[in-house]
Amino acid sequence: MSASEPLLRVEDLRVEFPGEDGVVHAVDGISYEVQRGRTLGIVGESGSGKTVSSLTTLGLTRRQGAQISGRILFAGEDLVTMEEEQLRAIRGNDIAMIFQDPLSALHPLYRVGRQLIEAVLAHQDVSKAKARERSIELLGLVGIPDPGRRVDDYPHEFSGGMRQRAMIAMALANDPKLLIADEPTTALDVTVQAQILGLLERLQRELDMAIVIITHDLGVVAEMADEIAVMYAGRIVETASAELIFSHPEHPYTWGLLKSIPTLHGPREEKLVPIPGAPPSLISPPSGCHFHPRCPYAQPEHAVVDPLLQPVSGEPAHQVACLLERETRRRLWAELQAGRMPEEALIDVGLGGALP
Amino acid sequence: MSVDRSDASDALEEPAAVAEPLVHVRGLVKHFPITRGIIFRRKIGAVRAVDGISFEVRHGETLGIVGETGCGKSTTAKLVMRLLEPTAGEIEFAGADITRIKGAKLKAVRREVQMIFQDPYSSLNPRKTIGSIIGEPFAIHRLETDRGERRRAVQGLMEMVGLNPEHFNRYPHEFSGGQRQRIGVARALALNPKLLIADEPVSALDVSIQAQVLNLLREMQHRLGLTLVFIAHDLSVVRHMCDRVAVMYLGKIVEIGPNEALYDFPRHPYTGALLAAVPVADPSRHGDQRTLLSGDVPSPANPPSGCRFHTRCPKAEERCSIEEPQLENKGSDTQVACHFPLTREEATEIGVRSAR
Repeated sequence: MSASEPLLRVEDLRVEFPGEDGVVHAVDGISYEVQRGRTLGIVGESGSGKTVSSLTTLGLTRRQGAQISGRILFAGEDLVTMEEEQLRAIRGNDIAMIFQDPLSALHPLYRVGRQLIEAVLAHQDVSKAKARERSIELLGLVGIPDPGRRVDDYPHEFSGGMRQRAMIAMALANDPKLLIADEPTTALDVTVQAQILGLLERLQRELDMAIVIITHDLGVVAEMADEIAVMYAGRIVETASAELIFSHPEHPYTWGLLKSIPTLHGPREEKLVPIPGAPPSLISPPSGCHFHPRCPYAQPEHAVVDPLLQPVSGEPAHQVACLLERETRRRLWAELQAGRMPEEALIDVGLGGALP
Repeated sequence: MSVDRSDASDALEEPAAVAEPLVHVRGLVKHFPITRGIIFRRKIGAVRAVDGISFEVRHGETLGIVGETGCGKSTTAKLVMRLLEPTAGEIEFAGADITRIKGAKLKAVRREVQMIFQDPYSSLNPRKTIGSIIGEPFAIHRLETDRGERRRAVQGLMEMVGLNPEHFNRYPHEFSGGQRQRIGVARALALNPKLLIADEPVSALDVSIQAQVLNLLREMQHRLGLTLVFIAHDLSVVRHMCDRVAVMYLGKIVEIGPNEALYDFPRHPYTGALLAAVPVADPSRHGDQRTLLSGDVPSPANPPSGCRFHTRCPKAEERCSIEEPQLENKGSDTQVACHFPLTREEATEIGVRSAR
């Protein structure tokens, strides 16, 4: 494998769940890459498909009867078609995952140490004593004080932040090359969140891991990610470097996300620009551009034509799926940056009346 | 009924102009007993959820209460609502002592104080139509007894909060999270309350929906001159919404003051640490120096002696573990309970992140 080959490459991944009311199109043809030692942030709201796409990477949606198509190439091998047996050797070993809620991800009746030992023994042929040693070392690595004693605690004896540290320790048990972190700090308080994010960054530097961090919090991705993919209704609508997403976002949904959160440093009286409506149903997603029913700038043809994720001219690493002209998008974003509301921006830019 | 928002902010500059506050809380304490035994229950300790706090809420202003999980902010709200019996202290509402009132008197006060809850999924009865949910306050207080009039009143409220009045007969499951929170707001406003307490009103909602609800609350403030107590853990949201802010830590108010003063020049090291911990949605600040708090919040059943923050405080000295600091002015516009408050230089170091 050449050096430029990405560690993980997802190609046109589709995940569908047949249900009583119809087929849920949870992930609807997404492609992305993660390079060694880099961090990809996947941003989106509940129901955007961000979690399903990563669970599928680990083969965790197979049992739910998901219909999966496309390819997930990890170090050159396709995880979609891989035998369960082989996948099990990768899961928790080369690819590890940490979940949002550390309390429900840890078994309440087993000591933390025992759960860590299990993670080590699952993939390494070492003695129990060695595995215990490794567990203590791991707890120390993630900053749990007095790991030699705490290794024999039960999960309920740990605080929320310590449980998440224990989860991270478990994920690191076998030196993974890729760590998938699904909303790793959403259940935590801000001061603890800052500790955990700092810990992940430190570990990434020390262990040269790639990280995929899934979150709805733009602040968290800004802190962590090198590249960002914005997901909406099962699709990636924009992807670029973190700097570009925040300085020159191109998709109206990204604008909405950026403008709908109050900031700590902006003017206090700034008016928030909410995204109207609610996320769509994934059983019968809207026609054309999936975002058009909520897009303040949608034109009649946007309800018919389905936009492709295409490079922005002049910025090859920046892709966006939007039917508006580049120049129009640029002017609209400038208007929003100047504090105008979408309706005003529409008139100033001279776009035809938006959809009713 | 009360002054509007612009008057309220004027009043901030001339405290002498402020009349009697709407709510006046003095030395409020709530201890939850920890018991052992089933038949012979013995009290073996107490969770000191709220441990001696004093504050006032002025007419027409928005007071924010921020703090991490377990700091006592929600307990404070429930005490002011008289949903919990205080262990000690006094609550004065509109000039009358309401700490121990019962029966009809209490019911009359409850009409004036309304609450919006965090979870719009569990705070609406799934078996009732939203018309009867919003109309329930009228039924409880025997107002608008004529069916047609009650219906008109409810539909007026629905229109005010941006719901379609024709959806009167629908059930909560037919609405999205943001719309449900609008239903909660309409129900809270039905009786034209003097005081509205919002306990984490947006933290269960998706980012794009949060702005809808925050804008709605602000609009209601402007239109109805509401007095609002806004409880949240998100410092950016509190900054956006509130005129004055109280920061709580382990059952105590550690700092309280006007919004601008507190965010520009935080004096308590805990306030500073909270501000420094907020992830900033701007990758260009990635890698900025930040002071992180170590450790977790101690147990409120056994809080540290002296200043409760001394176990985690970067500035703590011996005095802090012995002598409890009182809330007082330390040469700036906020009141702070700290022996060694942050200096301008130390605050700017944090402020570089928060207010650049």
